[in-house]
Amino acid sequence: MAKIAFREAIRQAIEEEMRRDDSVLLMGEEVAQYNGAYKVTQGLLETFGSKRVIDTPITEEGFTGMGIGAAMAGLRPIVEWMTFNFSLMAIDQVISNAAKTRYMSGGQFKIPMVIRGPNGPAEFLASQHSQALQSFYAHIPGLKVVAPSTPYDAKGLLKSAIRDDNPVIFLEAELMYSWEGEVPAEEYLIDLDKADVKRAGKDVTLIAHSKPVRMMLQAAEKLAEEGIEAEVIDLRSLRPIDTETIYKSVRKTNRCVVVDEAWPVASVGSHIGFLVGRDCFDYLDAPVQLVSGEDVPMPYNHRLELAAQPSVEKVVRAAKSVLYVD
Amino acid sequence: MTDTKQKTALYKRMLLIRRFEEKAAQMYGLRKIGGFCHLYIGQEAVATGAIGALDLKRDYIVAAYRDHGHALASGMDPKAVMAELYGKVTGCSKGKGGSMHMFDIEKHMFGGNGIVGSQIPVATGVGLKIRYREEDGVVLCFFGDGAIHQGAFHESLNLAKIYGLPVVYICENNQYGMGTDFRRVSAVDDFSVMAASYGIEGRQIDGMDVITVHENVKEIVEKARTEHLPSLLEIKTYRYKGHSMSDPAKYRTREELEDYKERDPILILKKGLLEDGVQASDLEAWDKEAKKLSEEAASFAEESPEPEIEALYSDILA
Repeated sequence: MAKIAFREAIRQAIEEEMRRDDSVLLMGEEVAQYNGAYKVTQGLLETFGSKRVIDTPITEEGFTGMGIGAAMAGLRPIVEWMTFNFSLMAIDQVISNAAKTRYMSGGQFKIPMVIRGPNGPAEFLASQHSQALQSFYAHIPGLKVVAPSTPYDAKGLLKSAIRDDNPVIFLEAELMYSWEGEVPAEEYLIDLDKADVKRAGKDVTLIAHSKPVRMMLQAAEKLAEEGIEAEVIDLRSLRPIDTETIYKSVRKTNRCVVVDEAWPVASVGSHIGFLVGRDCFDYLDAPVQLVSGEDVPMPYNHRLELAAQPSVEKVVRAAKSVLYVD
Repeated sequence: MTDTKQKTALYKRMLLIRRFEEKAAQMYGLRKIGGFCHLYIGQEAVATGAIGALDLKRDYIVAAYRDHGHALASGMDPKAVMAELYGKVTGCSKGKGGSMHMFDIEKHMFGGNGIVGSQIPVATGVGLKIRYREEDGVVLCFFGDGAIHQGAFHESLNLAKIYGLPVVYICENNQYGMGTDFRRVSAVDDFSVMAASYGIEGRQIDGMDVITVHENVKEIVEKARTEHLPSLLEIKTYRYKGHSMSDPAKYRTREELEDYKERDPILILKKGLLEDGVQASDLEAWDKEAKKLSEEAASFAEESPEPEIEALYSDILA
């Protein structure tokens, strides 16, 4: 199986879907002539032309809304946000229109669009350019929210997202674009509503999504050295959340650590902590632990920046604390 | 030129909107209708004249929260519109949209949007679809004088110009953004000049005269069809009622209101029709018909069932 980078997996998904369906088009800042700010869309302009790969001005509210109108009228736009940090400019369009038009119209309209781009902490970018905003989108009924953790998942999930008839927010962690992983040559799709058990274990359940999944696998290795077998669950989808997979695991291990790069208040991580506490209460041998981003704006200084984020050490410590070891 | 037959159609449509809104106001007073209810009385010539210039097989409408008039002008069933005001399951949006969210996908009526200016990028996207599919349709995008200062407006005009999208942006200037006289919050009094910033055509139009509105929009729609370019119309109008049913409109003078009533769009066209030789008895009969349709709409809404509780969770996702 070929090893390709995360960005290449996303590009392949877009290219394959654009070939398959002429109602799919791509728009965003620098997606065409510049080949993408993070080089995700390399070569797509050359392949599909400027009618289908559209450079936009720096107007997130305008072009996101334009994607919504195009989707209402029957196209399947992929809207790229150069980063989710800029998505705040577009959030009215996402909440007021993408998420609600179907409901407000009594089911007359569907909004088949994907809005994607890099999210999450990066390096040396300070607080406006380095934040994890998934809680904002996971909060809203009417959206699907997807966050892959490997190139394989990214390709299969994005292809499903493009074919889905709903607005899908697709989060790509900024630091993951160069991560490599195996991706088969033949076509495959991954369900948008299923979590994935990335490692099986019996002693403690570790739950995360996107970039921290790799960190959890590393933590699981460390724990294994001490004879602790951690089960690692990759949520893949933040809306809906596959509670069945989560509960099955927690009922087996009786212990749970949730990892989320976002701030801890009203986050996906804190919500999962609540769900597990409510629905697995009788199975839990310890309170659920949350390893989140610190509750601060991201500092520029690298030492502080690292301290503000989840780490392998923090996950290991949390896992041990729910096991009451050390 | 607009002939007597077309004038008659416009007249009947304006009458229906006027009588419908009067009925809605009455039912709101009886608490049959709740929430915000933004009436269109006084502005009938704008939606009627403009939408009357469309072919809704290929053209589209996107409106703001004062959308009952646009819904009726698009040919939506008054019963479905009134039932929506009542929140009944027979409403055009199954009772989940209400006053600000009239939708009819068949009639190409794409809403009804409750956030000031939020519909403008959406309309631009409908224009993108037309261009992408190389169709010859046109989008009419309606918004008020309050929305014209939103970034969404400026972003959209720029996008429509650079991609060559057939969107006619229509600012219905009824002169008050809620309680604020537009002159107090606008850098310019003539909004049509804003078109120049985007290198497109702009026109200021008298919105109390439905024929003027109709002929201008017809001309601009034909241009958009053939030239694939957006334009900006400022249609000057006036609302007789407050911003919504809860607004006593104390920020304007009685004299101002009375002056506008002298130039009532229905009265103006009535005069024109009489001059064309239409019988007064016909005019009388059409008014009766409009009242009857409004009555029937209210009865239909009244008798319609509430949505089932199970509907709470339907139509969230496709």
